[in-house]
Amino acid sequence: MKKSYQSLEVNSIYNMKQVIHRKLSSNYLRLSLIFLLTFSTSIFAQDGDPVVGKSLFNANCIACHKLDKKMTGPALRKVESRLADSEGLDREWFYKWIKNSAGLIKSGDAYANKIYNEYNGAAMSAFPTLTNADIDNILAYTATEPTVAPPPPGPIDGGGSSTSQEGGISNKLILGALGVLFALLAGALFLVNKTLRNFADAKGVALTETKRTPIWKAFVQNQFLIFVTVIGLLLASAYFVYGFFMQVGVNQGYQPVQPIHYSHRIHAGDNGIDCKYCHSSARVSKHSGIPSLNVCMNCHKSIYEVAPKTQAEGLAEYGVDYNAEIKELYKAVGWDDAEQKYTGKSSPVKWIQIHKLPDFAYFNHSQHVVVGGIECQTCHGPIEEMEIVSQHAPLTMGWCINCHRKTDVKVKDNAYYTKIHEQLSKKYGVENLTAAQMGGLECGKCHY
Amino acid sequence: MSSNKKYWKSVEELKDSSIVETLKQNEFVQEIPTDEFLGDKDTLEASSTTRRDFLKYVGFSTAAASLAACEGPVVKSIPYVVQPDRIVPGVANYYATTIANGFDFASVLVKTREGRPIKIENNTLAATNGHANARVNASVLDLYDSTRVQGPMKGGNAISWSDFDSETTQALNSLKDSGKQIVLLTQTYASPSTSKLVAEFTAKYGNVNHVVYDAVSESAALDAYQAKYGERGLANYDFSKAMTVVSVGADFLGDWQGGGFDSGYSKKRIPAHGKMSRHIQFESNMSISGANADKRVPLTPTQQKLVLAQLHSLIVGGSVNTNDLPAKIKEAVQKTASELIKAGSNGVVVTGIQDVNAQTVVLEINAKLGSKAFDPKTPIKTRQGNNKDVQTLIADMKAGKVGAVIMSGVNPMYTLPNANDFAEGLKNTTLSVAFTSKEDETAGLVQYIAAAPHYLESWGDVELKKGHFALMQPTIRPLFDTRQFQDTLLKWTGNAVALNEFIKTTWKESILNGGSYNQALHDGIFVSNNTATDVVSEEVEIDEVPSSNAARTLASSAKGTGVELTLYSKTGMGDGQQANNPWLQEFPDPITRTSWDNYLTVSKSDAEAWGIVNENDSTGALNGSYVTLNVNGSEALTVPAIIQPGQAKGTVGLAFGYGRTSGLKDEMKTGVNAFTLYNDFNTVQSVSIEPATGMHEFACVQLQNTLMGRGDIIKETTLEVFNTYDSQDHKHGWNKIPMVSLNHEETPVTSPEVDLWDEFDRSIGHHFNLSIDLNACTGCGSCVIACHAENNVPVVGKEEIRRSRDMHWLRIDRYYSSEDTFAEDDAKKEGFSGLFGDNGSLGGFGELEDPADNPQVAFQPVMCQHCNHAPCETVCPVAATAHGRQGQNHMAYNRCVGTRYCANNCPYKVRRFNWFLYNGNDEFDYHMNNDLGRMVINPDVTVRSRGVMEKCSMCIQKTQKTILDAKRDGREIKDGEFQTACSAACGNGAMIFGDINDKESKVAKLLKDDRMYHLLESVGTKPNVQYHTKVRNTKEA
Repeated sequence: MKKSYQSLEVNSIYNMKQVIHRKLSSNYLRLSLIFLLTFSTSIFAQDGDPVVGKSLFNANCIACHKLDKKMTGPALRKVESRLADSEGLDREWFYKWIKNSAGLIKSGDAYANKIYNEYNGAAMSAFPTLTNADIDNILAYTATEPTVAPPPPGPIDGGGSSTSQEGGISNKLILGALGVLFALLAGALFLVNKTLRNFADAKGVALTETKRTPIWKAFVQNQFLIFVTVIGLLLASAYFVYGFFMQVGVNQGYQPVQPIHYSHRIHAGDNGIDCKYCHSSARVSKHSGIPSLNVCMNCHKSIYEVAPKTQAEGLAEYGVDYNAEIKELYKAVGWDDAEQKYTGKSSPVKWIQIHKLPDFAYFNHSQHVVVGGIECQTCHGPIEEMEIVSQHAPLTMGWCINCHRKTDVKVKDNAYYTKIHEQLSKKYGVENLTAAQMGGLECGKCHY
Repeated sequence: MSSNKKYWKSVEELKDSSIVETLKQNEFVQEIPTDEFLGDKDTLEASSTTRRDFLKYVGFSTAAASLAACEGPVVKSIPYVVQPDRIVPGVANYYATTIANGFDFASVLVKTREGRPIKIENNTLAATNGHANARVNASVLDLYDSTRVQGPMKGGNAISWSDFDSETTQALNSLKDSGKQIVLLTQTYASPSTSKLVAEFTAKYGNVNHVVYDAVSESAALDAYQAKYGERGLANYDFSKAMTVVSVGADFLGDWQGGGFDSGYSKKRIPAHGKMSRHIQFESNMSISGANADKRVPLTPTQQKLVLAQLHSLIVGGSVNTNDLPAKIKEAVQKTASELIKAGSNGVVVTGIQDVNAQTVVLEINAKLGSKAFDPKTPIKTRQGNNKDVQTLIADMKAGKVGAVIMSGVNPMYTLPNANDFAEGLKNTTLSVAFTSKEDETAGLVQYIAAAPHYLESWGDVELKKGHFALMQPTIRPLFDTRQFQDTLLKWTGNAVALNEFIKTTWKESILNGGSYNQALHDGIFVSNNTATDVVSEEVEIDEVPSSNAARTLASSAKGTGVELTLYSKTGMGDGQQANNPWLQEFPDPITRTSWDNYLTVSKSDAEAWGIVNENDSTGALNGSYVTLNVNGSEALTVPAIIQPGQAKGTVGLAFGYGRTSGLKDEMKTGVNAFTLYNDFNTVQSVSIEPATGMHEFACVQLQNTLMGRGDIIKETTLEVFNTYDSQDHKHGWNKIPMVSLNHEETPVTSPEVDLWDEFDRSIGHHFNLSIDLNACTGCGSCVIACHAENNVPVVGKEEIRRSRDMHWLRIDRYYSSEDTFAEDDAKKEGFSGLFGDNGSLGGFGELEDPADNPQVAFQPVMCQHCNHAPCETVCPVAATAHGRQGQNHMAYNRCVGTRYCANNCPYKVRRFNWFLYNGNDEFDYHMNNDLGRMVINPDVTVRSRGVMEKCSMCIQKTQKTILDAKRDGREIKDGEFQTACSAACGNGAMIFGDINDKESKVAKLLKDDRMYHLLESVGTKPNVQYHTKVRNTKEA
């Protein structure tokens, strides 16, 4: 982000804070894990350090293996003892396999070939750089017992709703008390009035009530006042009618519920994924494009669930089960998570379009994003904070035109602009040219 | 003051008749069938809904509906599950492929958006067969035809392909040894791989007879060529190498011998270094070629034969008896012959006479001349039909010798004159299959309809010319459950290979000679250097052997009786297989400017003799008399007649391609079927004509046929004047700048002082100009259809056209001269003095409205002129039309309120008003009224709604796209990158588009050209469309 706006900077700081927060929490997790692991290693006294093994595992193996789940490669929890029991393989075999699996397959090793064929001939990459000690450490890590997930923080939503209910009750109480108070006051005043009148009657004081023209009659009789009022009413109604008609078809703030709950906050905000990674056609096309599901699967093939904290946060703050949403994605794309393969049964997701320009207005994303170098957020708002995307800008013509009037065209290092920039800056006597000065206000540039 | 007078309404009243009394009691004279209208009275009375309730409901639902309308609709966006690699939503992909439908063959480029083809463009890598004509441009719409057959059918019911395969294979196997023929009756495929497949099919089933059938036959020319050069093909001419072109009855700028010759012809029509080609045309119908000729001699088809014979004797030698020729024509022939002899190898003669001797005579003349334009090495392969084979087949079928008829790409029940014989023969077969995309006339009579895909869904290959091979590849998955004929041949021969693999193997084995298949597929075309390619071609016997002295035989055969009818094919309809294409139906014929019809063209003097009238009704629309045509051996045909200037006396013309009866929408069932008169595959028939009752309503888009001596609309001159005098020469100047009066002084209209407006600075950025060369434009109309496809121009239908509500953004005006030449028209107008008398303008202008018997013709494409000082812009009350800095006149549809002031103030009459909603409206049931047809719509251009004005935008969506691409790449734009749909479609070099601020661009240079002028320049609109003065090569060498 070269030119970020004030608000965006604030956003990014906020994000960073969040990220740090997250790191802290994961450190806690890691600490507790280490603690558990040290505890467990004392039970399974083996050579090799599971803590070192874990970092090695994370550096080298995690792309294809998990401890408890079959992925590109088999699950590795207690792989050594498992294979020792079932196949009679010793650690030497592991050394050979990990350092050069292809060689082992070629040598005709029975189990090597079996596992190679079981995974459809997807060969495991060779790790000649790992020493035997490294492998020992990794195996030690794989031999650890599964940690019991810490119980999720207690259901917050119940508490949350109760507090809001309390707030409601207290408000009502105050209002009720005030109401009673006013009623008492009114009653008191009425009684005072009545009493005084009674006194006057009793004393024989004649209450002279001067006959005054009622205010509404005076008003009716004053033609000037009527005239002014009518004008005022007309103006006011014109204002509201105009306002009503001007907002017809303007869907600012439109925030439909999508078939799969997709959080831009997590993807673009927390994870900092570039917008154009998924909306890649924004680079070349008029459409930014809704990413096809295969793009999702680039990451979600391995990210099959979110971190427990994110999950808890989703449940608590948004009432969304992120893991269930990922399952929805798998269902749509036809991915069998257990078998780690596509079933071929897919059902396209019917997203609800949020930003919609009328047919007679032509807008090209690549023109703005690539040529103009405009940030997505300029029009779409703080997308990276939106849990559910809503339409940020009014997308009216006035809004487009205002931006064209204010925004300088990015002419630098673009051979197309060299000549026209030179000529136009001479004509207008300015160095920077706005889109309007380039002809960006002409009807036919957007309407054809 | 009241009066006691009583007014009697009738005598009956006076008599106090009972009728009057009864009538007085009744509100309506006739009983109103209320009971019928309201239904059962009892139920109505029993209903609990009272009238008041009813009104309440109406009121409530109206209010609810209007409230609900305030809510915007929810729009779904559905992305791919797995996005194909090369498809990016919003970005067009282009594929090279080839159309080969038996009538049109061309290598084209297909523009696809989001995986659907939306436009056909010229394949600039393959200038081997001219450019895509109007029909080829329109062929993309055929893909989305809602009347297509959606799957295989048996006896009117859908069956599966597997059933089809098993049943037909069984039938074929049982026929194998029965001694009966298995006949493949197909269009010309000119496909090496199909020939190979047919050979394999023959090997498997034996007794297979492959009959190639062209609806419009070129058999005579093929026979003549085969007899002389030993190879079946059509003579290939490159008119860019000819300086003297003589055509005897050949519309070589139209569909003659498959068409595609106009690109070469146009190259030599633009005067360069003081030279241009000279074109002499002898013909009976007014054709596009005749309209472009420098000299046109109208004569009957019989006389054409004599002309050809005489030309032969004058050039090659030998004597022929041509005494029947009128002296005037004889003289013209002698002059032509001397011009040809003078031109020597720069001359060329072509003929369209369907006579093997005539075709031989032409080949002999060209050989004698040593014509450079004629290339015997590369004969054209796209017509292979054999008349005799077809006739033999029909006889065999009737005799019961044929066991199976398998048809593909043909519609004999429509195109055969003796269709009834064919139908009878079809009954004698045990198996009949038609591969077709429509339930057409033939499909109704066969056992199996094999649904065939469109060419944009098919694989294939074509040998366009000898050694010039083109590939056909699918640009979309088949929309329906269709299968190609070739695929089925593979199935029948038990070959499990896929068709595309089969083609690839064939190409690798016998065509590519080591070249890359992928490259050939990318280019769409492969030109083989090795002329001796080993391609399987079927041996065909010569139908008719030309006589040893062809010219003499030709002359002696020239005996015509009665009125001679010449059948021809229209630029817009061809052989009629695209009859359900609304673009083509609404395409105005370049010559008559009439759409939605075919008609009998008659000369003015004949029309008077036969009592034929053409008149305009109160709305201005054209009506014409009906006549009855009687041809020996055919049923009488009632056709409307149109008076055609230039039609030779004693001849009439009628176009093929109309009068289809099945497989198309009712709106498209227009005209009459001329194929019923096509006896013996001869385009010339003797007819007798009788007037019939009634008037026919034509949909003619141009009702003013002459220029009325206004030489500044189409400026023209002769080559002599052009070469001798300066364009601004005081006396002989042929492109003078118009003068206007400023302070009673003649001032050129281009000078700034006469301007009403201040000049806007357009020197910065791009400034677009479109140049139209009237010399290179043949009037073919490709641009009109290309514009339709690019800009979502709606089709309005015949009735609306009659009300002059056509929506074409680009029209090609056709003008006839009233005197013999346009120059004489101008002179006549200049010579007017006073209102009355011999030189009076009152009678004189009346005379100028009538075209001459053999007029000069001029074509002028007119679209929005994008005036720098546009009259339309100043009158728009809402500023919906405004000028851009780049020279384009913008039209903001969403801003337009439809006052139509702009159209009224436009001197060029190029603005079009949407009187109705033309899309999704049942009243206009054309392609935009169904989801399938709407797939052809260009997503980058707005579909206009009712009540707004529209017009040519100078393809701003295309210029903006070019600019954006350059910006994204960070580069300057090269000349030639900017294109409009029309300039890209024009293969004749008549339309050049570009940026005049780029001083090196073609169009900037054309702006400075001597021939350049602006339309109605004297009005001072300063258009951005240039025209280039038409130069005629009238000097007889």
